[in-house]
Amino acid sequence: MFTNFPFFPEQASAQAAQVDGLYFFMVAVTAFFSLLIATVLVITAIYHRRRHEDEVGVQIHGSLALELLWTVIPFFITMVMFTWGAKVFFDQYRPPAGAMEITIVGKQWMWKAQHFDGMREINELHVPVGRPVKLMMGSEDVLHSFYIPAFRVKADVIPGRYNVLWFTATKPGKYHLFCAEYCGTKHSGMIGWIYAMDPTEFQTWLNGGPRSDSPAAAGEKLFNDLVCVSCHRDDAQARGPQLKGLFGHTVRLQGGATVTADESYIRESIVNPQAKIVDGFAPIMPTFQGMVTEEQVLQLIAYIRSLGALAPPPPASPAGAAPQVPGKD
Amino acid sequence: METVNYLNNGHGLKSWLLTKDHKRIALLYLVSITLFFVIGGFFAMLVRLELLTPAGDLLTAETYNKMFTMHGVVMVFFFLIPSIPAVLGNFLIPIMVGAKDLAFPRINLLSWYIYVVGGIFTLVAALSGGVDTGWTFYTPYSTAAANGHVITAALGVFITGFSSILTGLNFIVTVHRMRAPGLTWFRLPLFVWSHYATSLIMILGTPVIAITVLLVAAERGLHLGIFDPALGGDPVLFQHLFWFYSHPAVYIMILPAMGVISEIVQAFTRKNIFGYSFVAFSSLAIAIIGFLVWGHHIFVAGQSVYAGMVFSFLSFVVAIPSAIKVFNWTATIYKGSVSFDSPMLYAFGFIGLFTIGGLTGLFLAAMGLDIHVHDTYFVVAHFHYIMVGGAIMGYLGGLHYWWPKITGRLYPEGWAKFSALMIFSGFNLTFFPQFIAGYLGMPRRYHAYPPEFQVLNVASTLGASILAVGYVIPLVYFAYSMVAGEKSVNDPWGARGLEWEIPSPPPTENFTVSPVVTEGTHQYVHPSQEVGLA
Repeated sequence: MFTNFPFFPEQASAQAAQVDGLYFFMVAVTAFFSLLIATVLVITAIYHRRRHEDEVGVQIHGSLALELLWTVIPFFITMVMFTWGAKVFFDQYRPPAGAMEITIVGKQWMWKAQHFDGMREINELHVPVGRPVKLMMGSEDVLHSFYIPAFRVKADVIPGRYNVLWFTATKPGKYHLFCAEYCGTKHSGMIGWIYAMDPTEFQTWLNGGPRSDSPAAAGEKLFNDLVCVSCHRDDAQARGPQLKGLFGHTVRLQGGATVTADESYIRESIVNPQAKIVDGFAPIMPTFQGMVTEEQVLQLIAYIRSLGALAPPPPASPAGAAPQVPGKD
Repeated sequence: METVNYLNNGHGLKSWLLTKDHKRIALLYLVSITLFFVIGGFFAMLVRLELLTPAGDLLTAETYNKMFTMHGVVMVFFFLIPSIPAVLGNFLIPIMVGAKDLAFPRINLLSWYIYVVGGIFTLVAALSGGVDTGWTFYTPYSTAAANGHVITAALGVFITGFSSILTGLNFIVTVHRMRAPGLTWFRLPLFVWSHYATSLIMILGTPVIAITVLLVAAERGLHLGIFDPALGGDPVLFQHLFWFYSHPAVYIMILPAMGVISEIVQAFTRKNIFGYSFVAFSSLAIAIIGFLVWGHHIFVAGQSVYAGMVFSFLSFVVAIPSAIKVFNWTATIYKGSVSFDSPMLYAFGFIGLFTIGGLTGLFLAAMGLDIHVHDTYFVVAHFHYIMVGGAIMGYLGGLHYWWPKITGRLYPEGWAKFSALMIFSGFNLTFFPQFIAGYLGMPRRYHAYPPEFQVLNVASTLGASILAVGYVIPLVYFAYSMVAGEKSVNDPWGARGLEWEIPSPPPTENFTVSPVVTEGTHQYVHPSQEVGLA
């Protein structure tokens, strides 16, 4: 019955060793002090046990030196823990440039993943060993949390915004994927497997699956199907802001505030366009909330990102090639 | 002819339900929170039984989710938060400050009625189908997706909050205005100091949770967009508001228990506390800093890394005053006259379990480590060490210590020692394995789990069974003691303090002559030992 019961999780990512290092340090320090307090307490109590019924204790009122000592020493020890913990977190906060990007959408009660080349998976995620992988994660309904214990990584997946999680797998194998934020009836069924693979095997796997459009290509199709292009175009008649070279840059808003055009900003501009109006444009864009799924939003973002950092010269195609649809700006 | 005391001064249901006597109101609370403790414990047992096997086979997923939700709601809002303040605090604070009653006796009774109404709302929600949001009511699940009677349960929490606010208000005014002549702030028992700090949190924090659950009800019932992104709201805003109260609420549970332990340690070493002012001010420090640490619940929700660092820093800082208390209790034992009566066993248990609970809190305050253990059984183990290992051990210790004063009767000491040991060992067997399961990666609130976690869960369920028996034994002997226990003298422990100078049970007016205080509490001066005074 109980054939496989580990007491320590596998270490299968670059982060795991860092987190475990801090963990072992903290276990050692706290175990030492717990045992010290327990031992002193028990031995002192037994040594000074009441020997006859009307005995009283010696009245000692305190000692400033001792109070300072046991305030300052714990303070410095906890500051070591604080600094170490902050450093591990900080290293985990920003993904390295050039990480392989995968989009993740959580919904009650499954995980949907799409690789950079369009390959899709549900409740499974294949990743190569030795290469940083960055997950761009959104939710279609309620809160979820993407958690891979063997990698010691976790990030909440929140509707209405994107959270990023990244890791570098170090050991090929099959690892648990859990939803860690309670999300309703089948929360404990919102689980899956992470397959960390040798890079060449991963490439073979990636090539073997049924092909669909890459997120950016799918986004471009959507961009045309939804006729976004009729306003967001390159020429002087554009009624919406130019999207080429937009991603990652600072946008000046009406009223003078500025915002960086990241994933969350673009998402907001699609589902709630009135929230932030770009300087020099009229608030005429309708909301696309309910018209595009969370995955489609991610595809649109991938497309806008693929438009690059620099705007190419205006295309030769005549203006107004796309039909004007009333009400769709 | 029996002497007149608060228990026999007036008979019949009406004399209890319309009483303005703080001691009788304390007993009303005792009965009602015990009822909620039994209900909350029943939910916990079902949760533990389900987790005996990896497959979700005993309860359906929905029922399981309702069980842990109701367990949390009932235990936090209807047992732990009122426990020590409303029962022991209500009974003892007027006596400890040398007063006839609290400052506002009618408001005191009102707060019990408010508590009962809130409790009824919650029980109605439980009986008519339950709630499955988790006690944290996280949005947008609670407002847009959850099954069951979320609004009813939220209103129950909202209403009960007022009972907490009124109790806190009553305590603060009483401590300021009703101290006996000569009872200066630095002669107050530490139990009073810790309740003063607790009351500050109650009146400053509770309105925030009240507004927050009301907003949840408004979004769920009226579709006002506050937290749900589909309505233009922000789900993480809810987490900020919720934890702004609910983290300090942990200190509402633990500070009164610390006050109890300070009293017990002094009484059972017959020695005044080591470092009185450090113990007293550490309570205030916890109350104040405790308001500034809520962000450590949100490290992995996409909070700014710099905000996270501030919250992490302050979370480490708030651990220091707790550590100061533990060191001072330990130092108090030195050269004491230590007895091992049941209240003292609870105090030892408290110090041990609270130390583990507090130190594992540091793991969660360390941001890099929290990424891994957040929302796992590590967190479940940590907060049960604080709330059960700390708060309930403190409550039971206090109940055993003051029981002879409250009822005028003794309980069977052998059984009391036995159950204290059972509770201590059952507790550790239940919750220690959960630290290991958590670091292994077992998420909390899982109805079914992968088979490799089973051994740890079997140990947990076994421990919970021992713990349950440990809790039932005091229930039986306290009930027995109340009707047939041996009569107690005024001061059965040889302890010092105003409450031990008056009869057991006390008369309705507490003091026939208003006391005049000339020294601090727990001064055990003995001619043969005066040499040792330092």
